[in-house]
Amino acid sequence: MSIESPAKNWLHAPTGTERAWIGLALLWCIVLTLAMPYWHFKGKQNSTGEAYTVEPTRFADRVQQFVDSNKVGEVNGTPIAEPPPGGDAYLQAQMWRFYPVLQFKKGQTYRLHISSLDIQHGFAVLPINMNFQVLPGYDHVLTITPTMAGEFPILCNEFCGIGHHQMTGRIIVTE
Amino acid sequence: MTTLDPTVEGALPETEAAGRGNHPPGTFRVCATTGLTVDLAAEKFIKINAVFAVVFLLLGGIAALLLALTRWSAVHLLNAEWYYRMTTFHGLNMLILWILFMEIGILYFAATALLKSRLASVKAGWAGFACMAVGAIMLDAVILAGKADVMMTSYVPLRAHPTFYLAIILVAVGTLIGVINFLATVYIAKRDKTYSGSVPLVVFGAITAAIIAVSTLLHGAGIMIPTFLWSIDVIDHVDPAAYRLVWWGLGHQSQQVNVAAMVSVWYLLGTLTVGAKVLNQGVSRTAFLLYILFINLASAHHLLVDPGVSAGWKIWNTSYAMYLAVLASMIHGYTVPAAVEVALRKQGHTKGLFGWLGAAPWKNPGFSGFFLSLLIFGFIGGITGVTLGTEQINIIAHNTLRIPGHFHATVVGGTSLAFMALAYYVVPLIFRREFPLRWMCRAQPYVFAAGIVLMSLGMSFAGSYGVSRRSWDVEASGALHPVSYDPSVHVWLGVLGIGGSLAFVGLLMFVVPTVLAVFFGKRVEAKMPAW
Ligand code: HEM
Ligand SMILES: [Cu+2]
Ligand SMILES: [Cu+2]
Repeated sequence: MSIESPAKNWLHAPTGTERAWIGLALLWCIVLTLAMPYWHFKGKQNSTGEAYTVEPTRFADRVQQFVDSNKVGEVNGTPIAEPPPGGDAYLQAQMWRFYPVLQFKKGQTYRLHISSLDIQHGFAVLPINMNFQVLPGYDHVLTITPTMAGEFPILCNEFCGIGHHQMTGRIIVTE
Repeated sequence: MTTLDPTVEGALPETEAAGRGNHPPGTFRVCATTGLTVDLAAEKFIKINAVFAVVFLLLGGIAALLLALTRWSAVHLLNAEWYYRMTTFHGLNMLILWILFMEIGILYFAATALLKSRLASVKAGWAGFACMAVGAIMLDAVILAGKADVMMTSYVPLRAHPTFYLAIILVAVGTLIGVINFLATVYIAKRDKTYSGSVPLVVFGAITAAIIAVSTLLHGAGIMIPTFLWSIDVIDHVDPAAYRLVWWGLGHQSQQVNVAAMVSVWYLLGTLTVGAKVLNQGVSRTAFLLYILFINLASAHHLLVDPGVSAGWKIWNTSYAMYLAVLASMIHGYTVPAAVEVALRKQGHTKGLFGWLGAAPWKNPGFSGFFLSLLIFGFIGGITGVTLGTEQINIIAHNTLRIPGHFHATVVGGTSLAFMALAYYVVPLIFRREFPLRWMCRAQPYVFAAGIVLMSLGMSFAGSYGVSRRSWDVEASGALHPVSYDPSVHVWLGVLGIGGSLAFVGLLMFVVPTVLAVFFGKRVEAKMPAW
């Protein structure tokens, strides 16, 4: 009875199927526990959380510098910037746009710096569906190697005010 | 041993023989159905907390319908401003207000009726309730006034009116007072030896919930007080990463309070509906203990794609700690239905492997609600939760509709449905009113469960194509750079909308008979009528 005090000496080891179930469940939990670090080394897509504190105004300066020296074109009034292979790329999030449009080469590795100038935003790449958090004051560094060519929409996925659903950007990957 | 099935005649415990605890004369009554002593002061608090809970459930439910009809892209009902406002309103009314008022009622019930004790302090009961009620009303007012469109997470530096943070602090303080009043009651019951041996399992579960709640509420104070001070310009900066870390110490742990409370309700309803006996007290109690020991660290699964926390930290916290709490849920997920099976087999339903299941009282909404809650929480909620909580899958799922798809299976199909099932006993036993519209009550758990499962599936599938949660317009029309999804997302958003509407119907099928029963129901004079 769950609503009465149990009889004295209620502490017994589980027996029978109950014991088997607990053993099985425990085993499964151990498998899961090992799977996570295993996949961190085996898998190709991890969230390392690499980040540096940065003043939003300083970050905006770096983004502008990056755009000025790497601009390769323009789309919908937003500059397209292409960093050298192996180089650093900068993406600025603010209410309600991403700046600039980034262009990468397939198979090259880049360090992508993302930060916000105002409030929290989200960085979602479609349709491959990668999501990261973007905080003001933190330069979030993602080491990325594009494996497919094409145009990939970026979407803000953290609520950031009334224009949230219109906050989009773009990544272009060339062969 | 006796069974405690009020639907079985003559199966009640010997009320005369039972001790009367520490109640002063004239401050309690003996329940004619269960033989439990009901402290009259505690009974009053259980009633007002339950009434407030149902009011907020209805408010949150109206917002829920509007949200479901907005996310259903073919309907797209609200405008952007009201969609975001209603998301904030729905999250807080449901997850905070409906759940917390219910839980305080459950704690008061467990400590007084099950331990045969008076309530530790009537004054504290009023003080806690007043803080919660005032805070709740302030909270809803400031959101509806359009001064706090910040979502329930209110991530800084997005800023709401100071009243918003103050209201949340008030609700938290009121809840903390209630929780302490509960723990004090458990203490005086022990001191006055109102029971012998260990506390009943349901009380043990409630104590688990209360202990986690204290930790939860301290995290809440730790982050909401600085944020309130920041909102009135006393502090000039609240670090957004630190905010997320501490806020999720509140946000995640409170879910564990809900789980512990829900599991306690499962055990309670197992006993009330089919006379289930706990198979192994030690096992069930150890499982509750695991929740306390291992849950806080699992809060890290909300920060899996955050900057500033290392992969090692993320993996350690989520894998090591989360899975031992998962183990606890897997244990309860076995022991609860097993106890039901044993009870039903003893009553002669022994045909085949699942004959007992067919013979279960499926027309009793207290039973069907409880059992559906167990299935939805365990299969949909549990599996999606463990999946989403891994480092790499979280990259795919973070802030997509997969997340509300998961937690509508845990805290709605699980906890909320269990609490509704409980109400089918609380109203006749505590309010001592009969339910009218009994056919509606009998159907309610099925309708609500079907709606929530559909909605949860719609959300999960739309989310796996990358559709964001908390987003007014999937098409992002008017955006500088267009986005597009696989066209099938609109089908899944339709499933979300239809499921959500059905769940809303199920919610009304709960609220309407409950309100009618409480205010106009026929008085239950002796035993509660069998379901
Ligand atoms: C009739 C029942 C319900 C329906 C139809 C429903 C529907 C929804 C919908 C459509 C959303 C918005 C998802 C989005 O656009 O991001 C949502 C969010 C949410 N719901 Fe429910 N819901 C119901 C019941 C509940 C209950 C009972 C709870 C809690 C106990 C709850 C907790 C939440 C929370 C916490 C959110 C997230 C709000 C946010 O993103 O800040 N819901 N719900
Ligand atoms: Cu944004
Ligand atoms: Cu959590």
